[in-house]
Amino acid sequence: MSLRAAVAVRRGTLDLAVDLEVADGEVLAVLGPNGAGKSTLLRVLAGLLPPDDGVVVVDGRTWDGDGVHLEAFRRSLGMVFQDALLFPHLSVADNVAFGLRTRGTAKAAARAAAEAWLERVGLAGTGGRRPAELSGGQAQRAALARALVGGPALLLLDEPLSALDARTRLVVRAELRRHLADFPGSTVLVTHDPVDALALADRVVVVEDGRVVQAGTPEEIARRPRTDYVARLVGLSLLPGTGEGSQVRLDGGATVAVAEHATGPVFAAVRPESVALYVARPEGSPRNVWRARVVGATPHGATVRCDLAGEVPLVADVTATAFAELGLTVGAEVWATVKATEVAVYTR
Amino acid sequence: MSRHDGARVPAPLLVPAALGVLFLALPLVGLLVRTPWSQLGTQLGAPGVGEALRLSLVSATLATAVSLLLGVPLAWVLARSRARGRTVLRALVTVPLVLPPVVGGVALFLVLGRQGIVGSWLDEAFGVTIPFTTTAVVIAATFVAMPFLVISVEGALRAADARFEDVAATLGAGRWTTFRRVTLPLVAPGVAAGAVLCWARALGEFGATITFAGNFPGTTQTMPLAVYLALQRDPDAAIVLSVLLLAVSLATLLLLRDRWLGRATA
Repeated sequence: MSLRAAVAVRRGTLDLAVDLEVADGEVLAVLGPNGAGKSTLLRVLAGLLPPDDGVVVVDGRTWDGDGVHLEAFRRSLGMVFQDALLFPHLSVADNVAFGLRTRGTAKAAARAAAEAWLERVGLAGTGGRRPAELSGGQAQRAALARALVGGPALLLLDEPLSALDARTRLVVRAELRRHLADFPGSTVLVTHDPVDALALADRVVVVEDGRVVQAGTPEEIARRPRTDYVARLVGLSLLPGTGEGSQVRLDGGATVAVAEHATGPVFAAVRPESVALYVARPEGSPRNVWRARVVGATPHGATVRCDLAGEVPLVADVTATAFAELGLTVGAEVWATVKATEVAVYTR
Repeated sequence: MSRHDGARVPAPLLVPAALGVLFLALPLVGLLVRTPWSQLGTQLGAPGVGEALRLSLVSATLATAVSLLLGVPLAWVLARSRARGRTVLRALVTVPLVLPPVVGGVALFLVLGRQGIVGSWLDEAFGVTIPFTTTAVVIAATFVAMPFLVISVEGALRAADARFEDVAATLGAGRWTTFRRVTLPLVAPGVAAGAVLCWARALGEFGATITFAGNFPGTTQTMPLAVYLALQRDPDAAIVLSVLLLAVSLATLLLLRDRWLGRATA
């Protein structure tokens, strides 16, 4: 185990208590809404904020705990912030060389290492420029080079892609993935974007209100969310209930027919594209038919995402054409159907 | 939306603004109009003028240097430390700004004079007397001018993004290295602006100087004192000296503006 941390911080309304373990070469994503305490967690790991309680151990060395608080500048770490935060008064190369210089590397050697890293992140030839002359994506690449050049034991990424525009984000995310694969130390990535977490991480912990509410591989998180927040992020409707064999009785009273055998407390999860909407009660006998009211409709590419209220709260994706043909509006009464085979069931 | 380019100024603002400009500019114009340009050479060559000018420049520069040395760290403490009593500290720093300089001079005299708390000790222990020396000129100028620097640098420090200091820490920079290599360069324009203000204030210092340092040609008679003295015996000489002082301040401001202050507003 390369990073082991159990961190508790209480300040103001925030009550953070999170345990983490990250192996060498592993990328852990901390996913959560704003205000969940993710950035505070990262500041503690960085040594910028002493925890009220807990331990941070990296490569067997105690950074926090047992009365020890190693200050940030004595920790072997690299950190990338949301806004690249390149020092505006230094050239790009001097920015990248900064960490080497403070740790005693000679000027020429630091400069050479910086240039090599700039080339590695695709910024060859920009070393002489001022940070203001770089685009957002370039600045974030330089910030990554600056964080990695010293070969830290721990890499901390604080929303590294969220300040970038959608197209740049796609490109930089792919590059970041490549660099993370080459990075031998532990990485903790904080993000509120599930795509970042799913694309970059080996494991994900979901933090809400200062607590880990779910942990697992990106696939597990995406397929079997355990909280509404995660379900919404990955685009699932999460229906908690009790398994009764071939059906799940929801906590609200309605029943959902399922294909698998279910018992005890379970989640039933439904993907928006599995939900079909009808104005009149559909013919035939689908087992899952519920009355619902459209309470929200947002265009989502070629589809319209409809929030449904009723005995079974669902999200449905219908094509824009169907949305128009059905004459759907907010407030419209509809019938929603889902095939039993399209309902995922897993224990709570 | 274009911002205010060629925006019409409302009359209720235009009239007072114009009056304000007149009020500030007229005395300077008057000074230049009344200047006996033909006598300029002889007046400037008069004995004592060079000495006074040199003393003024040297003491203003020394006062600025001392202010930088003490004032920048003080500004950092005011802007960054969470120590209690910071409000009291800021009030103390601001007092010399609002204090009449003559009162400042009296206060300095009471502390550093031969009978003063610190002065008597300096006299007994080292045989050092401060009042009525060039050192006193520098001390008086520093006392009245340093707050300008402190306020200016503190403002710059508050405006600077403290996250850069976090970044520096994650890159292995201790507090001193961070201050030297990140914080100070970030606020350099503010420091420069503060130093210019401080220097200008020190150059013009009169009240505290004449009270604490006296008016001895060659050792404590700075330009403002020389101007005041000259006005009583030879108004033309006073005008020439004033124009000289004006020219020196303007030249310094313009020179530094191009080099430093332009960047602060860029």
